Amino acid sequence: MSEYVIETEKGKWEIICGLEIHCQIISKSKIFSGASTEFGDDVNENVSFVDAGMPGMLPTLNQECVHQAIKTGLGLNAVINKYSEFSRKNYFYADLPQGYQITQFQYPIVGEGFIDIDLDGGITKRIRIERMHIEQDAGKSIHDIDPHKSFIDLNRAGVGLMEIVTKPDFRAPEEAGAFLRKLRSILRYLGTCDGNMDEGSMRCDVNVSVRPLGSDEYRTRCEMKNVNSVKFVMQAIEIEARRHIEVYENGGEICQETRQFDPVALTTKVMRKKEFAHDYRYFPEPDLPPLILGDELINKIKTELVELPDAKKSRFVKELGLTPYDAMVICENKEVADFFEKAATGRDAKKVANWLMGDFFAMLKKKNLEISHSPVSAENLGKLVDLITKDVISGKIAKDVFEIMAETSEDPEKIVEEKGLKQVTDTSAIEAIIDAVIASNPDNVASYKAGKVNLLGWFVGQVIKQSQGKANPALVNKLLKEKL
Amino acid sequence: MSDLTDLTIAESLSKLKTKEISPVELTQAYIKKLDDNSKYNAYVTLNADEALKAAQESEKHYNNNTNRSLEGIPLGIKDLFCTKGIKTTACSHILDNFVPQYESTVTQKLLDCGALFLGKLNMDEFAMGGSNETSYFGPVVNPWSKNTPLVAGGSSGGSAAAVAAKMCAAATATDTGGSIREPSAFCGVTGIKPTYGRCSRYGIMAFASSLDQAGPICKDVTDCALMLNAMAGYDAKDSTSSKNEVPDFSSFIGQDVKGLKIGVPTEYRPDGLNSEVAAYWDKAAQILKDCGAEIVNISLPHTKYALPTYYVIAPAEASSNLARYDGVRYGLRVSGNGLDEQYINTRTSGFGAEVKRRILIGTYVLSAGYYDAYYLKAQKVRRLVKNDFDEAFKKCDVILTPTSPVEPFAIGDKKMLENPINMYLNDIFTVSVNLAGLPAMSLPIGLSQNGLPLGMQLIGRAFDEATIFKTAYQLERGANFVRM
Repeated sequence: MSEYVIETEKGKWEIICGLEIHCQIISKSKIFSGASTEFGDDVNENVSFVDAGMPGMLPTLNQECVHQAIKTGLGLNAVINKYSEFSRKNYFYADLPQGYQITQFQYPIVGEGFIDIDLDGGITKRIRIERMHIEQDAGKSIHDIDPHKSFIDLNRAGVGLMEIVTKPDFRAPEEAGAFLRKLRSILRYLGTCDGNMDEGSMRCDVNVSVRPLGSDEYRTRCEMKNVNSVKFVMQAIEIEARRHIEVYENGGEICQETRQFDPVALTTKVMRKKEFAHDYRYFPEPDLPPLILGDELINKIKTELVELPDAKKSRFVKELGLTPYDAMVICENKEVADFFEKAATGRDAKKVANWLMGDFFAMLKKKNLEISHSPVSAENLGKLVDLITKDVISGKIAKDVFEIMAETSEDPEKIVEEKGLKQVTDTSAIEAIIDAVIASNPDNVASYKAGKVNLLGWFVGQVIKQSQGKANPALVNKLLKEKL
Repeated sequence: MSDLTDLTIAESLSKLKTKEISPVELTQAYIKKLDDNSKYNAYVTLNADEALKAAQESEKHYNNNTNRSLEGIPLGIKDLFCTKGIKTTACSHILDNFVPQYESTVTQKLLDCGALFLGKLNMDEFAMGGSNETSYFGPVVNPWSKNTPLVAGGSSGGSAAAVAAKMCAAATATDTGGSIREPSAFCGVTGIKPTYGRCSRYGIMAFASSLDQAGPICKDVTDCALMLNAMAGYDAKDSTSSKNEVPDFSSFIGQDVKGLKIGVPTEYRPDGLNSEVAAYWDKAAQILKDCGAEIVNISLPHTKYALPTYYVIAPAEASSNLARYDGVRYGLRVSGNGLDEQYINTRTSGFGAEVKRRILIGTYVLSAGYYDAYYLKAQKVRRLVKNDFDEAFKKCDVILTPTSPVEPFAIGDKKMLENPINMYLNDIFTVSVNLAGLPAMSLPIGLSQNGLPLGMQLIGRAFDEATIFKTAYQLERGANFVRM
């Protein structure tokens, strides 16, 4: 995409942005306790003595969370650190029972990596990952039940998180949007995070600063905490950038501070000034030994890794002949890609892709269904394409068949058979219709013979109409030409 | 037998097995003794009725020959160990009426061996203190006191006093910088702090996680072996507990020490060391020499840095460990206007002066800008202290030192109270061991001119409690100390 510049009367500005994304790890139990991580259970149901910060309780590391983190690190094309350490981040809050969060500070489990994002016009851009560490989530404070009381739900307290920190590589809101969508896609492929920003299982902190176009300085940045949708992240970047520009152009200075994005008012407002920033007093967690990983484990996870969207995309382009755009759309969601591959195997993949991205997606959207609940199975979609390819039905009839499939989930072959929708390829049957049409339209026959050859289309239409759509158009064409 | 409470555990077990005495009789004898000796203020919570019920159960085990290793032995439990259904406060106002719904691993192991609990023992608040004077329930009185009430030592003052005054057969205790060994020395009893990781810390309220270790205080060396056999072992619930095999410590009792090299560190004999202490140290060395051991001079050059190092690391960890006592979920709550005020009010009235002092020190040394100068530096010195021992153990098998530079002092001693450093200095011979994670035992060597007990310390290699037991037993025999 072209360079993103904010232009004012006084000058041209460039955005510098980096993201910190908290991703809830998919695991059966919490990262340092055996309690369940089920979302939507009753308040304070999934709380162990460890999660509640009871006296004498100790954390024990859940290996499943470590494996998920390694998997994610590999998915981010990142270095897996064989030595990492846990640290305590100390602060007081009612939904933080221990009075500290167990996190990783100096030695994270995952080091530098990158994600390639797809931008408009087929351009890709590499966004560098600074690091990823694992930590525990806090509980939830609920302030809107009672005017005088706050309530605490500790179900989330202790759920494993992966915090992914990017380098300040974003130069446009769209880049951040594309990154989040790509990251979400990778995490879902890996099965390490469900990436639902609206449920809070993926949360984004946005760091923004600006600089005059062409300069290479880094100016003071502001952080916006917990921006909870891709759209809001993009809005927040632009709005915060414009605020910085206005301040600078009026001769002011930007202070390093934490701000909150208001998606209704489309403004950001200050949450915490730098002077009031917490001193978290990080120090190594004495209850947990350093996390040492062996090559064997890392390699095992590497070999078990699923094919990721980028690899799948290039395979679909190379082996199945899809266009890069079609491949990108299909590969964004693993379930869609799997569905497609199942439907396309052994068939004209491009035709399957057209059907998938056309009538099939439209049907899902109309019925408001996830692909996993589609009434049309991959197998049946493939069969439908087969029926077209083998001239059993025409493309037009296929659309009718598809509609029936969407309602009944039936096998297209069965539908075609039962409803008698097979194309007529029997020459004599078609010839009979042609003869009848010629006989009843002498004027048009005369005109045709006199040179109005484009009347052929009209004849073809008439014949197909009389065959109730079942006559093979190519055959009709050929026979009509002979007869006329 | 005039008084069953005179018996050691080993003696009691043999009489129980022959049914010469019954668990109920034994328990009743101890209950009577703890009533008679209530003036020592050793117990803060009594569990006598439950103990008697448990004794009846133990009787059944003896009757049907299913008696376990400590069947029917009445113990006192330091109030730092969480005991299911029995009030556990760490002798702090902030845990007023806290009744855990879980059992610490160490106490569970003792229950599984058939032991029973007479009650919870007094201690310095959150194990912070060297004289048991910081307890919310008031100081323990040393049973050896003459006219003036003397301190029992700390932090496990209740444990040591209760064992000395025969108010339990043995007691659990914990040691972060000398909290088992110093009170053992002051009360003329025997206590061992095993290697860090030998006993699980699960369910023991944390003071300084990287230093805390549980161990027994007993009437003699043989009983310590019996108790430690029951208490030690790997626990999946404590990630710092060791998977090293636990030998049968009792098997080393009575083994000879011929040819064993006993190290005597030069740095533990500073100018002005109490002459009685120095004389007993020499005597102890002579006893072991007479048993065929060889005395070798060793050097622990970083000894003088151990105490300041300890008083950086221990408070740092404590400041974080004690953050959970915030009045939100359990224990004392003093309301205020808003959450911050509730924290302030609760912690201001809930914690005593010494605990507050250490929280402040710990918070300070972890603060941004001070971390490198204090905490990080202390961790480096800690490594040097450990290296000293590694070097020393190339030349010797076990190290002999006094336990404390002083004899028990008066409760409310002006010198100790006017400057906390004076109190901290009592730990100079014990803290290095915790920094290095090594096992060490204190056992009585004799009485001072004032008729007060003095203790000797034996320090072993990591996970080599065996050599300590071997040496201690011979020293005990040679010293021929007469218990109260």
